[in-house]
Amino acid sequence: MSDVHKQTPIIEVTDIIKHYGSVIALNGVSMQVSAGEVLCLLGDNGAGKSTLIKTLSGVVRPSGGEFLVEGKPVNFRSPRDALDAGIATVYQDLAMIPLMSITRNFFMGREPRRGLFPFRHIDLTHCNDVTREEMHKIGIDIRDPNQAVGTLSGGERQCVAIARAVYFGAKILILDEPTSALGVAQTSMVLKYIHQVRQNGLGVIFITHNVRHAYAVADRFTILNRGQTLGTFAKADIEMDALQNLMAGGKELQQLSEELGGTI
Amino acid sequence: MASLEQRTAAASKADERVKQVSFVTHMMRRPELGAVAGLVLVIVFFFLTADRTMFSLSGLMTIMAPASQLGILAIAAALLMIGGEFDLSIGSMVAFAGLIFGVILTNFGQPLSVAIVMTMLFAAFMGAINGQIVIHTRLPSFIVTLAFLFILRGLTLVGLKWATGGSTQLRGIGDRVKDSPLLGFFSGDALKGAFVWLADHDLIDKFPNGMPKVTGIPVSVLWFAAIALAATWVLLRTRTGNWIFAAGGDPNAARNSGVPVHRVKTGLFALTACAAALVAIITVLDAGSTDARRGFQKEFEAIIAAVIGGCLLTGGYGSAIGAFFGAIIFGSVSIGLTYTKFDSDWFQVFLGSMLLLAVLFNNFIRRKVTGER
Repeated sequence: MSDVHKQTPIIEVTDIIKHYGSVIALNGVSMQVSAGEVLCLLGDNGAGKSTLIKTLSGVVRPSGGEFLVEGKPVNFRSPRDALDAGIATVYQDLAMIPLMSITRNFFMGREPRRGLFPFRHIDLTHCNDVTREEMHKIGIDIRDPNQAVGTLSGGERQCVAIARAVYFGAKILILDEPTSALGVAQTSMVLKYIHQVRQNGLGVIFITHNVRHAYAVADRFTILNRGQTLGTFAKADIEMDALQNLMAGGKELQQLSEELGGTI
Repeated sequence: MASLEQRTAAASKADERVKQVSFVTHMMRRPELGAVAGLVLVIVFFFLTADRTMFSLSGLMTIMAPASQLGILAIAAALLMIGGEFDLSIGSMVAFAGLIFGVILTNFGQPLSVAIVMTMLFAAFMGAINGQIVIHTRLPSFIVTLAFLFILRGLTLVGLKWATGGSTQLRGIGDRVKDSPLLGFFSGDALKGAFVWLADHDLIDKFPNGMPKVTGIPVSVLWFAAIALAATWVLLRTRTGNWIFAAGGDPNAARNSGVPVHRVKTGLFALTACAAALVAIITVLDAGSTDARRGFQKEFEAIIAAVIGGCLLTGGYGSAIGAFFGAIIFGSVSIGLTYTKFDSDWFQVFLGSMLLLAVLFNNFIRRKVTGER
């Protein structure tokens, strides 16, 4: 934890506030992420996770607070701005277009082109090679990069989306519940890949409400509750059960789990 | 360089894997497969039932002339459908653009070049308005353009009466443009010299005086082929094409990835309207006049041709070359029945069945492609 703080965090937000009319979605949230670490954002429904991600990824603008990227204050007006600053967000279900090929999805919005104006076109051979190579790196064996994304499993789709963000030079990856719709084997595939991304020196913000998944890969945990930061803990300083209780914001779950005679 | 070696090794390994995709799978993945199969069926049907003159050069041109006019609309409609939207106002736009074109030529006495440019600009503007309304109200384009189907048809009637002093037909366009050097690009037959040469060398039928029976290819057919090729290239090889598929496939995912979805859709609406204007210009110049019924029901025919060509009604999937074949099927059946002993009113029955089959087939293919169950 101490060596994390020596370098400037890639993202640092302090007392971020977001109001939607009379609704207070974020009421002073603070967090930071550095290169090569996985920060897990935990919180129950309505805790403000979604709003925080949307703020970080430029979809909504905060009503107040400080937002620094690599030590400099930023003010994103669109997702494009955040992308240009190296913040890539992978949404749970809004990342891929099933009817389009893997290659076309991989390069969507950032197609490399060659040739002169009226004949400028996408360099598809290059795109296919890159896609195949990047997929190979993360251990997904695609026979044909021209096959539709719809033929991939949910876990593979998440991995393609993450690989795309990494390939296009993201410094911070925001993963919005990447494992919530996946089975066990596919979840471990995604978690393994998140670990690999961290080792390559990227910062990862991993949003989930599954403490088990969080505990498997995260270095630190920031817990949100009712639009506020409940605290940030290093993995060494907190047990999984304590995390679970903090996230639920009370003792109900502990009582329930005692009643049911197991863990939730 | 180790990395280079790795890369070439990976590439050669990759090549092996690419070959595992069978030819059948590869063909199944092409959206236009259904249209090609349909065209083969139609040709076999007419080969068995129709008079042989249908398969002569002049028979072919008789089919291709209407098919090409519909095809220009169908290709634009296909691009728009792939982009996730409909335009039901294409047919009315043909009539309205015909009116604008005619009025600029006759009432304002402008040369052909000015009339063409002004008509195109005006159509693009109207298309963009359609697009902006759809985007900003978030209403289905089906409803918005249905409104424009009536608005434009009505405006055409009112405008024609205003321009002619009470008639619904605007005449005298032929006289206005007969000396224009641009006329050959939009009206009549092209490649006349080549056809004379072919007749001289006994390669095609000719009259006793040595002139070819078919004097050339209608220019609309050349426009049709050129537009089909250009649209296919744009769809499959350019960034714009990728954006069209993305905008239709899932606008939210596309926007999250940095695709300017609104700009793509507005552009497609403008393009569709321009295709309608081109058809208006070609048909008005051929007829020498314009009337209120021009382009009647062409919107449905264009959408049917696009669907036969493999476009999904839900967007994000389809092909321009498929719409090309769809329009040829349409032309073959509508004209071809007159070469057979069948009552040509069977046409509509045939058309409806074809549409139904195409939709079922497309859905089946889509499930195959995406592995949906």
